[in-house]
Amino acid sequence: MAELAAARPVWRQAASNWRIRIGGGFLLFLVAVALLAPWIAPHDPIDQDLLMQYLPPVWAEKGEAGFIFGTDNLGRDILSRLIYGARIALIVSVCAALAAGLIGTTLGLLAGYVGGWVDQAISRLVEIWMAFPAVLLSIVLVAVMGTGLHSVIIAIAVIDWTRFCRVVRAETMAQKAQDYVASAVTIGLPSRRILIREILPNVMPLLLVLLTLEMGIAVIVEAILSYVGLSLSSEFPTWGSMIGAGRQYVNQAPWLMVLPIMAVIATVLALNALGDGLKDTLDPVMRK
Amino acid sequence: MSADSPILAIEGLHLEIRADRRRIPILRGVDLTVTPGEVHGLVGESGAGKSMVGRVVLGIAPLRSRVSGGTVRFDGQEITHLSEGRRRSLMGRGMALIPQDPMTALNPAFRIGDQITEVLRLHMGLDKTAARTRALALLNDVHIRKPERVLRQYPHELSGGMRQRVLIAIAFSCQPKLIIADEPTTALDVTVQRQVLGLIKALQAERGTALLFITHDLGVVAKLCDRITVLHDGRVLEQGAVADVFAAPQHAYTRALMKATPRYDRPGDELQPVPAALTETLNAEALAYDEVRDA
Repeated sequence: MAELAAARPVWRQAASNWRIRIGGGFLLFLVAVALLAPWIAPHDPIDQDLLMQYLPPVWAEKGEAGFIFGTDNLGRDILSRLIYGARIALIVSVCAALAAGLIGTTLGLLAGYVGGWVDQAISRLVEIWMAFPAVLLSIVLVAVMGTGLHSVIIAIAVIDWTRFCRVVRAETMAQKAQDYVASAVTIGLPSRRILIREILPNVMPLLLVLLTLEMGIAVIVEAILSYVGLSLSSEFPTWGSMIGAGRQYVNQAPWLMVLPIMAVIATVLALNALGDGLKDTLDPVMRK
Repeated sequence: MSADSPILAIEGLHLEIRADRRRIPILRGVDLTVTPGEVHGLVGESGAGKSMVGRVVLGIAPLRSRVSGGTVRFDGQEITHLSEGRRRSLMGRGMALIPQDPMTALNPAFRIGDQITEVLRLHMGLDKTAARTRALALLNDVHIRKPERVLRQYPHELSGGMRQRVLIAIAFSCQPKLIIADEPTTALDVTVQRQVLGLIKALQAERGTALLFITHDLGVVAKLCDRITVLHDGRVLEQGAVADVFAAPQHAYTRALMKATPRYDRPGDELQPVPAALTETLNAEALAYDEVRDA
């Protein structure tokens, strides 16, 4: 059975996994929306129209056809703001996940392969690091570096590299115990090459899963930081700042808060579904 | 160098493993020589330290272990304290390993072809096309049908026997002077075991490679090897030509091992486990050895 399944190319198996289809499909949609934002957004996301305040979504009573998801306290179009917010959410999640992955994977590979005092040092560092409350640490970091997209990305990477480090270290140790590594040593390959060319490709499937999960976390952290006003200045629409602003009008205009929350939830769910699907698909093939 | 000078000479090899501040002796002064072209069987029970001998020679002893005495000379050169770089140049062309478990000994992320040509390019300096041609010839030598197809396959697409053939091809690929085979058939079906053993023997005889064959199977040693070393608890109990040892085993433990091995030619004989009294005597001897050494 396993032999038969494995004979099919990995990407074809991936395409038949419903989690990957749904998660990946939604993400592709989001990427398209983000890329095409200037062309598909019906309004300018920062264009205020004080005569059009608090318009409800089009399906509600008193909704306007021109503003599908309604308008906010300054009469700005919610749909357009959500579309532009997707850009920021995606940039932050991709960059932060990659940066955290790079730091964590490098240290994790070293700790797992070299072992001894290197492993001790890195593992203790990870433990100390994880003892800090993540959100508090990120707020402190952004406060020190100043607000802006790059600070948010750096803050997430600096905090979350430990997730990658721990998992990659464990997996590297497991891979190192496999005979193919002993064979590579007896063949006479240098350690660096064994680590990068022999072990890393076998850690890759796991890394891919971790990256998608980390992207979901990054979306949430970015929303939290925008919510407390530490991400971008208010002229850039972000989902978090929309939630934060909508909170004040939650009684008169609940959609101001509900819609961006839905966007965050849908994105994180899609990323998690994709991660789970990848795990299911990549695992048995590589482990076999 | 004369024809009789050993390719591998282990003298008084002592190995310890550190665990919880204690030092546990694994090898207690092992002496063993392998001459060019010889097939040397290293037998013992589980935990006797036979695999560890091979690992020390290959430089893949576990991190927590330490060679605390004795020498290992390969081709006249002491190798236990070689730098990583010097040892690297020795591997492949000097010695190679046929590992125990073919399931994990090939890298699951790469095609068979890449894994064979990697060795050839590294040690023989072959270019891509030459390495591929050589890889095809090697797969042919280990009786793999459709070698072109196998070159393109991943390890998980091959059976255990096929993988072990590939590993044998890799071990012989750079024409090493010594091959260490660490229970190369333990993980295989009985019928496949026979074929693989025949293959190793044939390739070894054809190329005159010295072979250190690590096994717990006396039957295999009788068929395959020229000389035999019996190891127990890290100590060499008996050593000699296979014909002599099997005809007249000198040590009580060797005799006990033989009685514990099933024989096709004497199906009526009952198998007897190694007597507890003998094991106790051997353990006491090992401890006495440690005390003398520590003093």
